[in-house]
Amino acid sequence: MEKEYIGELEELVLLLIVMLKDDAYGLAIRKALKEQASRTVTIGAVHGTVNRLEGKGFIESRLGGATEERGGRHKRIFSLTASGRKVLERSRDVKVNLWRQIPELAINKLG
Amino acid sequence: MAASKNQRPPKSADKLLSWFVKDDLLDEILGDLSEYYLELADRPKWKRSLFYWFHVLHFLRPFALKRFIRSNSNYTTMFKHYFKISWRNLLRNKGYSLINIGGLAAGMTVAILISLWIYDELSFNKYHKNYDTIAKVYRTNKFDSFASTVHAPGLASVLKTDYGDFFEDVALVRARLEERVIAVGEKKFSQSGYFMQDGGPQILTLDMKYGSQTGLKEMNSIMLSSSLAGKLFGEADPVGEMVTMDATTSLQVTGVYEDLPKNTEFSEASYLAPAELYVNGWTTLNVWDNYFTYIYLQIKPEHSFDEISATIAEAMMPHVDEETAESEPRIFLQPMSQWHLYSEFENGTPVTSQRLKAVWYNGIIGAFVLLLACINFMNLSTARSEKRAKEVGILKALGSHRSQLIQQFFGESMLVTLLAFIVAIFLVVLTLPWFNVVAAKAMVFPWTNPLFWLAVLSIVLATGLLAGSYPALFLSSLNAVKVLKGTFKAGRLASLPRKVLVVIQFTVSISLIIGTLVVYQQLEYAKNRPVGYSREGLISLRSASKEFKGKYLVLRNELKQTGMVEEIAQANYSVTDTRGWNGGFAWHGEKYEQTFNTIFVTYEYGKTVGLQFVDGRDFSRDITSDKSGIIINESAAKLFALENPVGEELTWQDRGSYTILGVVKDMVKGSPYEPTDPSVMFLGEFDMSWLYIRLNPDVSTHEALPKIRDVFAKLTPATPFDYTFADEAYALKFAEEERIGKLGFVFAGLAILISCMGLLGLSAFVAEQRIREIGIRKVLGASVANLWQMLSKDFVVLVVISCLVAMPLAWYFMDRWLDSFVYRSTISWSVFAITGAIALLITLATVSFQAIKAATADPVKSLRTE
Repeated sequence: MEKEYIGELEELVLLLIVMLKDDAYGLAIRKALKEQASRTVTIGAVHGTVNRLEGKGFIESRLGGATEERGGRHKRIFSLTASGRKVLERSRDVKVNLWRQIPELAINKLG
Repeated sequence: MAASKNQRPPKSADKLLSWFVKDDLLDEILGDLSEYYLELADRPKWKRSLFYWFHVLHFLRPFALKRFIRSNSNYTTMFKHYFKISWRNLLRNKGYSLINIGGLAAGMTVAILISLWIYDELSFNKYHKNYDTIAKVYRTNKFDSFASTVHAPGLASVLKTDYGDFFEDVALVRARLEERVIAVGEKKFSQSGYFMQDGGPQILTLDMKYGSQTGLKEMNSIMLSSSLAGKLFGEADPVGEMVTMDATTSLQVTGVYEDLPKNTEFSEASYLAPAELYVNGWTTLNVWDNYFTYIYLQIKPEHSFDEISATIAEAMMPHVDEETAESEPRIFLQPMSQWHLYSEFENGTPVTSQRLKAVWYNGIIGAFVLLLACINFMNLSTARSEKRAKEVGILKALGSHRSQLIQQFFGESMLVTLLAFIVAIFLVVLTLPWFNVVAAKAMVFPWTNPLFWLAVLSIVLATGLLAGSYPALFLSSLNAVKVLKGTFKAGRLASLPRKVLVVIQFTVSISLIIGTLVVYQQLEYAKNRPVGYSREGLISLRSASKEFKGKYLVLRNELKQTGMVEEIAQANYSVTDTRGWNGGFAWHGEKYEQTFNTIFVTYEYGKTVGLQFVDGRDFSRDITSDKSGIIINESAAKLFALENPVGEELTWQDRGSYTILGVVKDMVKGSPYEPTDPSVMFLGEFDMSWLYIRLNPDVSTHEALPKIRDVFAKLTPATPFDYTFADEAYALKFAEEERIGKLGFVFAGLAILISCMGLLGLSAFVAEQRIREIGIRKVLGASVANLWQMLSKDFVVLVVISCLVAMPLAWYFMDRWLDSFVYRSTISWSVFAITGAIALLITLATVSFQAIKAATADPVKSLRTE
């Protein structure tokens, strides 16, 4: 049985994987984290996170192309699985639901 | 951008990475990293490398690490299981675990401390590289029972010239630590050191920090210990610098040696200076009539100590005067390995030294204390074994082999022993400084000594095996069917071994307590013994050298003029020595068969030494007839059997008649444990071997000593001022017994503590086992007192048995120990009464704690369980 809850970094990474599509590999995710969420993490941390997510069954991976910059080494391209999609949606729903229940904060901030 | 050479990431980082990262992840990780490295192209190279390394090291995460230990074998799973079960067992019974581990840790701490101490004793002097070939010269003679190490320096020259083929090197060392003020500019330190000949540092293979071992060749040179050099010169190399000794002599520093460890003969020296410097101006190193040096030598490896000893035995004979020759001085070599533990002689032959005895005593005590802790462990695990019988039944039903069960139980006891060992290491580190003070040592924890770890781990292994043997071998043999059916019941006899072990424990503890009390009693008894003279403020000094001839009165005058000295006197033998025996006394023609301790003294001896007159008076300079007077002590008076000894006349041999002037109290001259001798004191006016100085009680010793030394330096410049304080010399006679007493006190305390911990565990176990019985009894109307009595009785009986066993045993051994002293206390019944009372009280207190807890518990609760 997979764990139903995901952490904040995990959620971000999942979203970014969807966004990056065919370019969703370790270093690219790190870069996107920096640009989109202003989060600087080590490469090791990104690899650790995707590894964990794959273990939980939220993402799957395939080998991608090797370039010269990589010294001829393959990329590992990640993509979302069905359960990954479910857990993202659930996470969003919970938050949206919560936001709805606190209109004053929502109005002040979002309005 | 093409990947040129300097744009390759650091190779070593990649290597490290591929070493620890899982193979199937390696490719993508390396790929990402090298892409990252390229991104950094506009940074300086060092920064790129630094960042790269930073990221590489951040792959040290569980997900990425290779599995270095294969864990898919059945064995590791099984051991993991054992460990888990053992750990859970420990946690489930926190109280028992605490008692087990605590007791075992205390026992091990004692055992380790004692092992360290014994190791220190046995490795004395081993610091020196030539340990196997170094020897010290000893001398025996016909008249003295002990062997002396202090020789005339001439002997060393003879050994060097006539027997030089045997030795690598021979070196004289001044037979006393010499205190000197060593100064550089304003920095002045009063330091002790040795004066030795060149050759000494080489024999001792001093570890030179600066300079060389040959630094004592020139007379005006000095070698400093590393710590003294640090105090005088700081960290700089001081070779070639000048220091002054006693503000008079300028010496050049020729070397700095690393401090000698405390368990070496020369550890107290903080400087070494040439022996030639010591004798400069008053004597030479070739004299034969002045005994003031030790002789150390290193033999050539092709010779043996015995062979050389046999050859050189009579080396002194051609060179000494007739009187000395008559005493038949014989010399021999004592190898360095023997110095510390095997250098006590009686009548010229070696006897078991006090130090060696102490090694044995302590070793035995340490083993006993460890045994007590093991007994605790065994008792608690057997007591609880019934509870675990079901576990064994189920394991067996599930297909466990007996050997696997044995492994599990041994593993469990190993785990506990190992935990105890870790606690013990902490305790040893904590208590070592204190132990060093008591034992007068400078032991350090040998963290890096593989031998130590080997020894300690084998103790742990042995303890674990011993302690785990019963549950491992007995429980694993149980029949699964019987156990699970519930027909297995430990019989009445099952608790018998446990009871025997408890009796052994308490027998040992009680014996140790009795032993300690007896040692203290004997010590007090001997210390409170009236000695017949007053030791405080009394200095003794050997005045045998020719220089003293005819100078007695001048010396007395000068010393008294300093105002530091109340009185001085001389005698032919020391006041702490029992030499000088003569017979041939007669009263009115009636001869006495006995011999008496006869000494010759000067006029003021009685006043100086502080003799206590019970009758009559001291010699007086004003009465000329006193020259044929004598003073006797009470023992002698008893032997003479005269009703009114004062005024009676005795004849002595053919020397004429002597009038008894006074009777003094007996003096304890030899061992404080020996009976006093009947003694007779004659008047001899001048030139005797021992000089006594009674200090003026109104001035401090610090003030007095330099002034007295000045007087001697003026009148007898050729003789070293070798003084001893009579009270210090006397106190030394007790040092050994005092140390035994102190350590014994601690060990006996620990022994009883450990035993009580075991009892606490056992009583808790019994109370738990009988919890329903207690409940029913309570319901039926038993009072708390009844229950308390019921639960405590068994243990009290055991302790009473232990008392009955221990007391005769302890009495026998301690009586034998006391028999080695003539002036001995008797073991009073109070020792036994006190010990018995202590043991019973402690037992009751321990057991009652559990008993009362069980007896006051709510019976409803205990009956409702199960």
